Amino acid sequence: MLAYIARRIVYVIPIVISVALVCFLLVHITPGDPLVAVLPADASQELAAQLRAAYGFDRPLPVQFGLWLLRALHGDLGNSIATGRPVLAEVMRAVGNTVTLAVAAAIIGFTMGILLGLIAGYFRETWIDKLATSFAIAGVSVPHYWLGMVLVIIFSVELNWLPAVGAGPNGSSSWAWDWAHLKYLVLPAITTSVIPMGIVTRTVRALTGDILSQDFVEALRAKGLHETGVFRHVIKNAAPTALAVMGLQLGYMLGGSILIETVFSWPGSGFLLNSAIFQRDLPLLQGTILVLALFFVFLNLLVDIAQAAIDPRIKRG
Amino acid sequence: MTELPLSATSDAALQAAPATKARGYWATVGRRILRDKVSMACAIVLLLIFVSAILAPWLGLEDPYKGSMIRRLRHIGTVGYPLGTDELGRDMLARLIYGGRLSLVIGILPVILAFCIGTSLGLVAGYVGGKLNTAIMRTIDVFYAFPSVLLAIAISGALGAGILNSIVSLTVVFVPQITRVAESVTTGVRNMDFVEAARASGAGPFTIMRVHILGNVLGSIFVYATSLISVSMILAAGLSFLGLGTKPPEPEWGLMLNTLRTAIYVNPWVAALPGAMIFAVSICFNLLSDGLRSAMDIRN
Repeated sequence: MLAYIARRIVYVIPIVISVALVCFLLVHITPGDPLVAVLPADASQELAAQLRAAYGFDRPLPVQFGLWLLRALHGDLGNSIATGRPVLAEVMRAVGNTVTLAVAAAIIGFTMGILLGLIAGYFRETWIDKLATSFAIAGVSVPHYWLGMVLVIIFSVELNWLPAVGAGPNGSSSWAWDWAHLKYLVLPAITTSVIPMGIVTRTVRALTGDILSQDFVEALRAKGLHETGVFRHVIKNAAPTALAVMGLQLGYMLGGSILIETVFSWPGSGFLLNSAIFQRDLPLLQGTILVLALFFVFLNLLVDIAQAAIDPRIKRG
Repeated sequence: MTELPLSATSDAALQAAPATKARGYWATVGRRILRDKVSMACAIVLLLIFVSAILAPWLGLEDPYKGSMIRRLRHIGTVGYPLGTDELGRDMLARLIYGGRLSLVIGILPVILAFCIGTSLGLVAGYVGGKLNTAIMRTIDVFYAFPSVLLAIAISGALGAGILNSIVSLTVVFVPQITRVAESVTTGVRNMDFVEAARASGAGPFTIMRVHILGNVLGSIFVYATSLISVSMILAAGLSFLGLGTKPPEPEWGLMLNTLRTAIYVNPWVAALPGAMIFAVSICFNLLSDGLRSAMDIRN
């Protein structure tokens, strides 16, 4: 087991370096000068050159990458061009809000997905299965940013039950676990949960169906095991794969939150990314993407390790 | 694919059987999908949307670009404007139908491009193997380290807004996924006896890939690619929704959703219409892809 974990961690190192390289290069595929955002329109040539040197844009690319990586390793992702504040601090504050949203959505989406999937898989080819499956297909096909808008129309505009935008009363961005704040979480969390709900339903349904059609289930039933007991076997066998799928989905929710956060003005990493893009704040853009991608890589690592830990069928040699 | 009973009698029966014309694989798949009601319903809906988008200028619709300040944000069912008007007083019905032109192109083209690039890369990686395989597949792994939405937004955010950039960024998102599928099916086929036989008869690697492998792997890759169209539609419209794709005043569903967002307190249901179009196209492609997948699974 330890050897397996060590090997997985070693395998992650080149991935992390390549991810950093991609994030670094992102800034260099951008058309135009990254300094445009900070330079006043009437800036002199000297001032431009001075700033270029200050940001290190005047050195050769590999050198820039090496220096950038070295500083990133020490937690220094540079300063935001728009606000002048350190990028890492800005990103970490926003990521907290995104994690809150993703976890809330995961609780809703995974619970629904597992339940629907188990029921659909157990009652395969009946109307219950068809209903659950159509629900799942609708979940993966809906443009979630539009679903967010529709929910706002129903629950905020028409019924006036829940707030439409923001993450707390009086435009506060500091989260607290009380109803006044929770109200703001309901719609974004439901909106975020539909895609994982659909995907988990489909996965669990397929797994349940496959497991129930195996010979050992027949044997269990023949030996007189109750259906609840059979169900326990199904869950045990489906858990590792389902866990892997859910881990991946959690990662997608963390990294792909930009559309929903834009719809609900949720002050998370996606919202930050959006403003970084439109203010052409390249260090902030680069830093946010790097942090989110690294989150995703480590989450995948954790899922792999957890899967190996709970599934005795995976060879760990 | 099918298992033949291995007995002497079946051999004899095979020789004695009258020569009937065997139905080809694709003819069988086609027949099966034609009988699938859900798939056919989806195909008809998609066909309607496609045809009306193509024929839009000849349908006698209002001008989708012509606004009017006096008829802004009319409700659904207004006489003369069956689906209402948008925030600039432009006819929604015309804009939704015209909107299909750009929306469908920017949603489907990335998958087609990625299908061509990914199939070639995966075929070469899977057939040649060795160092080339490692080089291609490890590069692909790097892209898997990004959630796809983040990757699409990172690339088009860095490149800047525009239709071309949005197509490029989505193509980059889908190439790794298709390459992985293509590589794995090719690896499964490359050591089969008929490939070995072709090699022994002196066929070059290019001929083997084109004649013997492509025909056997293209089907699975194609089905996988069709399942990506739905995601691609949602993401392409999503990029426009963020302001990273199409630019105003072009009618495009994602962008329309974005500009109408400010009107949800005035005329909420008109504001939601463009999203319903994206939803309809996306769910139809998803169901059609599912239908195609089960139609191709002849063993059941």
